[in-house]
Amino acid sequence: MKNTISHRVADFLKNYPPFNQLLLEELQELSTQISIVYKEKDAIIFNENDAPHDHFYIIHKGAVSLSKTQNNTIVDICDEGDIFGLRPLIANENYKMEAKAHEESILYAIPINTFKPYATSNREVGNFLIDSFASNTRNPYSKSHRGALYGEPESNELYNPSAELFDLQPVKYSKKLVSCSPKTQAKVLAAKMTSKNVGAILVLEDKLPIGIITDKDLRNKIVTGKLPISAPAREIMTSPVITYSKKLTITQAQMAMIKSNISHLCLTKDGTVNSKAVGILSKHDVMLAVGNNPTVLIKAIKRATRTKEIKQVRKGIMMLLKGYLNQNIPMTLISKIISELNDACIKQIITNSIAKLETPLPVSFSWLALGSQGRSEQLLHTDQDNALVFEDVPAEKLEETKAIFINFAKQVTQRLNVIGYEYCPAEMMASNPKWCLSLSEWKTNVTSWITNPGKDEVLLSSIFFDYNNVYGNQELVTELSNHIFETAKNYPNFFLHLASGSLQNPSPTGFFRQFLVEQDGANKDFFDIKRRALMPLTDAARVLILSHSIKSINYTAERFEKLAELEPNNAELFMAASYATKALLKFRTKQGLLHNDSGRYISLSKLTKAEKIKLKRTFRTIKEIQELVYIRFKVSNLLR
Amino acid sequence: MINFFKKSKLDLPDYWLKYENLFKTKQPENIQDITFVVLDTETTGFSYQEDRMLCIGALKLKNNDINIGDSFEVFIHQDHYNQETAEIHGILKEGKTTRLEELETLKLFLDYLENAVIVAHHAGFDITFINIALERHGLPKLKNKILDTSTLYKKTLIRSNLLVKKEHYSLDELAEKFNISVKDRHTALGDAYITAIAFLKILVKLKEKKITTLKQLLRIY
Repeated sequence: MKNTISHRVADFLKNYPPFNQLLLEELQELSTQISIVYKEKDAIIFNENDAPHDHFYIIHKGAVSLSKTQNNTIVDICDEGDIFGLRPLIANENYKMEAKAHEESILYAIPINTFKPYATSNREVGNFLIDSFASNTRNPYSKSHRGALYGEPESNELYNPSAELFDLQPVKYSKKLVSCSPKTQAKVLAAKMTSKNVGAILVLEDKLPIGIITDKDLRNKIVTGKLPISAPAREIMTSPVITYSKKLTITQAQMAMIKSNISHLCLTKDGTVNSKAVGILSKHDVMLAVGNNPTVLIKAIKRATRTKEIKQVRKGIMMLLKGYLNQNIPMTLISKIISELNDACIKQIITNSIAKLETPLPVSFSWLALGSQGRSEQLLHTDQDNALVFEDVPAEKLEETKAIFINFAKQVTQRLNVIGYEYCPAEMMASNPKWCLSLSEWKTNVTSWITNPGKDEVLLSSIFFDYNNVYGNQELVTELSNHIFETAKNYPNFFLHLASGSLQNPSPTGFFRQFLVEQDGANKDFFDIKRRALMPLTDAARVLILSHSIKSINYTAERFEKLAELEPNNAELFMAASYATKALLKFRTKQGLLHNDSGRYISLSKLTKAEKIKLKRTFRTIKEIQELVYIRFKVSNLLR
Repeated sequence: MINFFKKSKLDLPDYWLKYENLFKTKQPENIQDITFVVLDTETTGFSYQEDRMLCIGALKLKNNDINIGDSFEVFIHQDHYNQETAEIHGILKEGKTTRLEELETLKLFLDYLENAVIVAHHAGFDITFINIALERHGLPKLKNKILDTSTLYKKTLIRSNLLVKKEHYSLDELAEKFNISVKDRHTALGDAYITAIAFLKILVKLKEKKITTLKQLLRIY
C-alpha cells in the first residue's frame, strides 16, 4: 500500500544508483516493501561470517563502517546514499565484513527478492548488480570498484581508511567538466574559469579534447600581451592534451604529472585523445588525495559551498590529528593547527549561511566560540558552545533585529550539527534567545554576573569569559572585553567568587592516592579526566589571568606561560601547570580518537602502568595550583 | 449512530472482543521484543466535542525496525468540516482520496493496533479523539499502554540551572533537535514517522540514564 512514508523513501532513492534507473512508479512500489532500520552509534548491523539477511541496505542518514574483524581495519566508510551488504545476497555466501554504525544511522533495508525482478527487467539495474558482483569477485576488498558498488562519490573524499591500499586507490577526479569550444574568446573563458573556481578549462571539439588552457597559459600568453584578450581558445590552448584513462591510480597520476611537468591531466573514456573526455584531474585533486596537510585542507574548506563537503574535510582533519599525535608533535602546535582548521570550518559555515540568506543581515555582529572551543582546546568533536553579539540598534528595532539574528544562528547551529558538533545540552548556543544579544544587552548581562556572583553567575562567567571571536566584527568583542575588565576592577569580590568556583571541582585522587572514579550514571567506574583533572587547571588559569586583566590569551597552557612571565617567583609552578595541561589534553585527545568519542571518560583498567603514573604526576601540580589560588584570593574568607 | 446507553459486555461486537482478548497476554520484558504503534491523527480542530478526526496515520516499530508496508493511513469521511484547519493538514472536504466511514476506520484500526504499546506526541490529544469516536459508536476506551514522546523528551534534558525547561515541546522542536526532516509535517503518517524517529533517539538517550524497561518508561511523567 502506497503511503506518505513510502513516498518519502522513494523520493530519497530516486537520487542514487541503481534506483535512479527505475521509473517513479516502480520506485514507489518498491518503497512499500522497504523497512526503515534505526541504529545507534556503534550498533552492529551484521557480523563477519553471519548468514546473509533477506535484504541489503542503503544509508539514509549517518555513516556505516565496514571492517575486517580479524585485523580490526576499517575497509570502508559508507555515507548517505551508499549501498552495502548486497554482494553476499547475490553470491549466496556469508558476510565477509562486519558492518557497524559509525554514527547514529537510519538505514533502508531493501528485500532482495522484491528487488531482483527489477534487475532482470531493467538492463541498467542488472548491469549495476553484475558490476558490483564481478568487481568484488576479482578482489573483494579493493576500493577500485567503489564507484560501481557504492555510487560515485561526489565530493573529494579525504578519508583514507587504510594507508597500505593507498597507492592503488583510483583517483577521485572532478566530473563536472568545465569546457569551452575552440572559438571561445579568452575573456569569456577566463570569466567561466573564475565563476567555476577552477584552474584549467578543457577545449572540446565534437566532445573530444583538443587542448587545455590553464591559469599559466593565460598568464604567459594573454597577460604578457602576446595575444589579445579577444583571442580564440584555439590560439591560447596547449595542445595536444595529455590524456589518461579514468582508472588511473593516485601514484600513476603523480608520476604522470611529474613526468610531463604539467598540473592538469585530462581523463577520457578509453584513455586516448580519440574518446570522450570524462573528467579533469588537477594537482590539487591529487594533493587532496595524497595529503591531509593543513594548507590543502584549509583550501578545501574555503572552496566548500555545501555543508556536506565540509563534513568530508573534517574527516581529513581527524586523520591529520591522528597522524600528529602518533608523530609526537608538540601539543601546543597541534592545538594551534587543529583549532585553526576547526575555526576555518565554522567560519566557512557562517560565510555560506550568510550567502544563503535572502536578505542581508541588518547590522554587524560577532560569532563567539565559548568554553573549550574559545580556548582553542577543542581537538575532537565536542558540543558546540557559542553566542552571538550584534551591534546596538535603536530600541524600537531591537526585537526585529534580534529575531533576524536568532533565525540566522539557528541555521548556523544546525549546519554545525551536521558536520559533527553536538548541540549543547544546556542550550548555550547563539540560537537561544538568551545568548543572541546586542552589545548593550551583553554588557548588562556581564555586569550583573560580576556584581552578583552567585553560583550560576560564576558558572556562566567561567564558560563565557573564555570567548573567542570566530567570525565578524572584532570591535564589538574588544569593547565587551574592556567592559568586563573595568567592571571587574570595581568589584574585586568577583575574583574571590570565581576563585572559589575554580576550587569546586572534585578531586582526582582519594586519601590513599587512588584514582577516584564516577559512582553512578552512564559512566560509572570511569575516570572523568575533564572534570577531575583538566577543569581545575582551566578554571585556575582563567581567574589568575583575568585578575591580571589579560584577555587576548585563551589557551590554558599559554595562560600559564604568560603567568610564569608575569610572576617570576611562581614561574616554576606555572610552567609545571602549563606542562600538565598539555599532557592531560593530549591524553584526552588520544583516548577520544581511540574510542571515537570525546575522550572525557577513561577506563582505568585499559591504561598501562606508565600511563597511570604520568596521569598521577599531573595531579600534584593541580593541587599546588589550587592552593595558590586559595591563598591568593583569600577564599577562606568566603563562607563555603 | 449515537448510542446513549452503555452496552453491556455481551453486546460488544466480535471485533472488539477479539481486540480485548489480546490483552490477556502480557507485554514482553525486553524493549526489543515489544511492538510499538506510533500514531498521529489529523482533526478538524481542537474541540473534543465538536471536532472530528479526518485521518489516522500509524506505523509499527519493533526492534528499531519500521516496515513501511505494514503502516496504517486511513482518511475518514466526516460531515463536520473546518476551513481554517484545512490550511494546516491540507485535507479537503471532498478530496480525491478515498475515505472510509468513522466506524469502519475504527474497526480497521483496532485490528491493526492489537495490544501494541502506543507512542504519540502529546498522546493525550490523539487518544482522547479516538476514545470519543469509539464512545460515539458505543465502544469502550482503548486498552493499550501509552507513551508520550513530549514527556519522554523532557526526561532526556540535563538538569541545569542554566537551562529553563519548557512545559511542552512541540514536534517541530524535537525534529529540530534531532535533525529530522519535517518534509511531511502535518500529514498523519508523516508526523507519526517523525515521532517514531524521535522516539528511537529518545530511547538511546534514556538508556544512558539507565532507563531501559517498559515499566520505567511508563513511570516517566
